[in-house]
Amino acid sequence: MKKFLFAVSAVLALSAFYPAGLDIRIKGSDTVLPLSQKFAEVFIKKNPGARITVTGGGSGVGLAAFLEGTTDIAMSSRKIKVSEKLKMQEAGKSYKELIIANDALSVIVHPSNKVDRLTREQLEGIFTGKITNWKQLGGEDQKIIAYSRESSSGTYEFFKEHVMDNKNYAASVLNMPATGAIIQSVAQNKNAVGYVGLAYVDKNVKGVSVSYDQGKNYVKATIANARSNKYPVVRPLYYYYLTKDESKLKPFINFALSSEGQKLVTEIGYVSVSK
Amino acid sequence: MKRWGEKLVELILMVSGTVSIVAVILMTVFLFREASGLIGHSAVEDDMCVAVNRKNVVDKISAQELRQIFDKEVTKWSALGQTIKSEDEDSILLFRVDDIVQYYNEEQLGDSLQYVPKLVSALIDSLPGILAFIPEKYISDEFKGRKINVAPLSTREFIFGISWLPTAKPAAQFGVWPLILGTLWVSLIAILIALPVGISCAIYLSELADWRWRKIFKPLIDLLAGIPSVVYGFFGLVVIVPMIQNTFGLPVGETALAGSIVLAIMALPTIISIAEDALRSAPQAMKEASYALGANRWQTIYKVVLPYSLSGIAAAAILGIGRAIGETMAVLMVTGNAAVVPHSILEPVRTIPATIAAELGEAPQGGQHYKALFLLAVILFIITFVLNLTVDIISRRRNANKN
Repeated sequence: MKKFLFAVSAVLALSAFYPAGLDIRIKGSDTVLPLSQKFAEVFIKKNPGARITVTGGGSGVGLAAFLEGTTDIAMSSRKIKVSEKLKMQEAGKSYKELIIANDALSVIVHPSNKVDRLTREQLEGIFTGKITNWKQLGGEDQKIIAYSRESSSGTYEFFKEHVMDNKNYAASVLNMPATGAIIQSVAQNKNAVGYVGLAYVDKNVKGVSVSYDQGKNYVKATIANARSNKYPVVRPLYYYYLTKDESKLKPFINFALSSEGQKLVTEIGYVSVSK
Repeated sequence: MKRWGEKLVELILMVSGTVSIVAVILMTVFLFREASGLIGHSAVEDDMCVAVNRKNVVDKISAQELRQIFDKEVTKWSALGQTIKSEDEDSILLFRVDDIVQYYNEEQLGDSLQYVPKLVSALIDSLPGILAFIPEKYISDEFKGRKINVAPLSTREFIFGISWLPTAKPAAQFGVWPLILGTLWVSLIAILIALPVGISCAIYLSELADWRWRKIFKPLIDLLAGIPSVVYGFFGLVVIVPMIQNTFGLPVGETALAGSIVLAIMALPTIISIAEDALRSAPQAMKEASYALGANRWQTIYKVVLPYSLSGIAAAAILGIGRAIGETMAVLMVTGNAAVVPHSILEPVRTIPATIAAELGEAPQGGQHYKALFLLAVILFIITFVLNLTVDIISRRRNANKN
């Protein structure tokens, strides 16, 4: 009996020692998902007793769950929309917005392709089906094969909003289920063009310089250019959380923004937030 | 005591049988319920509507026209068949509610955005060429613009429409004709490849092969059925796609043919084992009678064994097609998934299962896109149901023949 009591008191003492209250739910963008998982993994290792549940589903899904109160943090690869802001307002909730990393998109072609620079207008033409031959872009007389992600991907939406001026993709654009599949296809097709996250570009494909000022300045897609805001196809990745939860979430958020957290950002292949 | 044990076993069998039948029925009901309500509604997002200036005479617009306007292919109201007097009334000015920040600063919107509906209303009133895409609840008695109706989706448009743009803003386009054609093309070519190969293999295994070879081949073929489809897909992407591109000198290797070849390989185990079973069921007495009449081995196979097992082979073919039509992942990886009406097998296609798998994850539950994907599943369900029914009828005829 004495032994039993001792065991019970030891357990109680231990549970008092650990901050058992920390239970965080994170939901949203699939682009931010691997990063949040990494954050959670390392954070839990350092703070045993904390519980963090990370789920994907897309930015829209995350923000909808945030509005309903079924998640503490919404991950989003886009800024909250006015229509979503209005809904938050109606529900009488105030929230905070936090940029935890940046994601840059790189346009890739086959290494043997002569074209190594494109303007935003040309990219829009390619993916809306107005430009169909590499000859029109200074390349060889070959049909352009454009590869895109599936419509469920956050990258698909970002490219559409940021590069294609919100116009719709042509039906002839090929849709691939994963970033790896786009790299594979572009690497083995001389006439291909596609877009992937900057971190995924390897030596089997060639990144193209992009111009956002009608061809006056072309900028190479590198992490350095992305960080110094020279490279235009960059998007911030956001966390949204309620103002009243701030003190509870503080340890985790501080960790994400710490130099250790930002090192994880670079490891995953995103651009860290400059301080 | 023994009787009780038997009773218990019977009860367990009955319950599991009933549960699985109920589960199948519930799933079918669920499928149809989720798919209902797409046809007959306009494809504009829920709770949103399209509004114009009071002076505008347009009162109805189709989803197709809306897409053209938002893609800036149509920029004039007169292009939609309207007679409009002045220039600034004619050019279409697009407005989404998120654009409000371009017209007013944060102060004017109010700190809790309470003035937005009023500002939107005023904006629509002041710009004669405007086409606004705004939340339904902004339409009140004081609203100074005019709401216009978007034509609802008809069954004909759904099945025979040729553009599949489920996330197009503001009005999605649900035309599934390219997807139906893509599915049928890929499956049909797959079966044209798999059937001759599969049946030859089955004949070899059941009639010609040494028992030692058979002992090696049979497990190998069964092994083929056990490989996950994503492995087939990756194999297709890395090996078959470049091969097709080089052989035919195509600009792109992700084609219907690539999907067909991968599917043919995947359907082979099903076809071989069922066809082999059918061939082996030919009675030994019949074969011996054939030999006794002086027929050689080939004549016996061709004139006796094959006709006897024809219905079994047909069942193998149809089950193979069923496998091909429903296959998702391998096809998703090698066919390119461009939703265009295919003109030849050397063009990219998009199939129904690939579409459902790729898009369901991000489609908001209960929305138009979600319903459209379930309606696609219903179409797939009907196709496979008809196929299974055919198998049933054929094998029933086989049994009738035997008796």
